[in-house]
Amino acid sequence: MWVYDKKLQFPVRVSGPNPKLAKSVITQYGGPDGELAASLRYLTQRYTMPTGRSIATLTDIGTEELAHMEIVAALVYGLTQGASIEQIKAAGMDGYYADHDKALYFVNGDGVPWTASYIQSKGDPITDLHENMAAEQKARSTYEYLIQLSDDPEVTRVLCWLREREVVHFQRFGETLNHVQEYLDSRKVF
Amino acid sequence: MNCDHQREQLLERIQALSFSAVDLNLYLDTHPCDLRALTDYNQISSVLLQTKAIYEQLYGPMLNFGLSSGGCDSFRWVEEPWPWQIGAGRVY
Ligand SMILES: [Fe+2]
Repeated sequence: MWVYDKKLQFPVRVSGPNPKLAKSVITQYGGPDGELAASLRYLTQRYTMPTGRSIATLTDIGTEELAHMEIVAALVYGLTQGASIEQIKAAGMDGYYADHDKALYFVNGDGVPWTASYIQSKGDPITDLHENMAAEQKARSTYEYLIQLSDDPEVTRVLCWLREREVVHFQRFGETLNHVQEYLDSRKVF
Repeated sequence: MNCDHQREQLLERIQALSFSAVDLNLYLDTHPCDLRALTDYNQISSVLLQTKAIYEQLYGPMLNFGLSSGGCDSFRWVEEPWPWQIGAGRVY
């Protein structure tokens, strides 16, 4: 089971309403390389990981990604709540507004809804761990593009922190890949 | 205002401690026999628990489902702000 901790993993502030930036940032909520995809990918792959260590790593990183999903939601929420209809229209967020008002929904920056086809669960732990390492790099790249797009230093601060977490996760998945490879090799010796 | 500032400071202390615990936890997942990291993890966990107890005494439970006290007069879990709600340009 999971327990909710009534705090953000990292403090979030925004300088003011900025639906244009929200429209970009929301891709890390429901886009192909976003936090929902990351979390669900690891949490569903963990059932068929072969060792206690690899199961622990996928459980813990999958859980941390849920906390990141909440941070991204807090950013989008903060950037949209005070926004006027004029600002929303100018930001090209009117299509989103028609469907969701200012509610949070799992879409990328262009409004494409989240789909399970963004993720894979292959049963082969070597394959899955490679996918996860690639996923962390894709998320890191996305945060770098968002940092380029951001015109709010408070938001940039949070994006930089999230980017760093992807680097750490990549490192941990790499170590897990080596460990699983060694474990599988050891089982081949009779 | 002053009270808000105090809350913010205490919360940021908890966020920092909790982050250290998360990061050490992930490190220990792949280095479970690193005793130095394990000692750090245990130490930080106990300080985090103490700090959370102080926060919860003042502002209500951070955890639900029986993992924090629910309060005396009313169930403080339901009290705002929730973590994403802005207070004076700030999200808790
Ligand atoms: Fe990640």
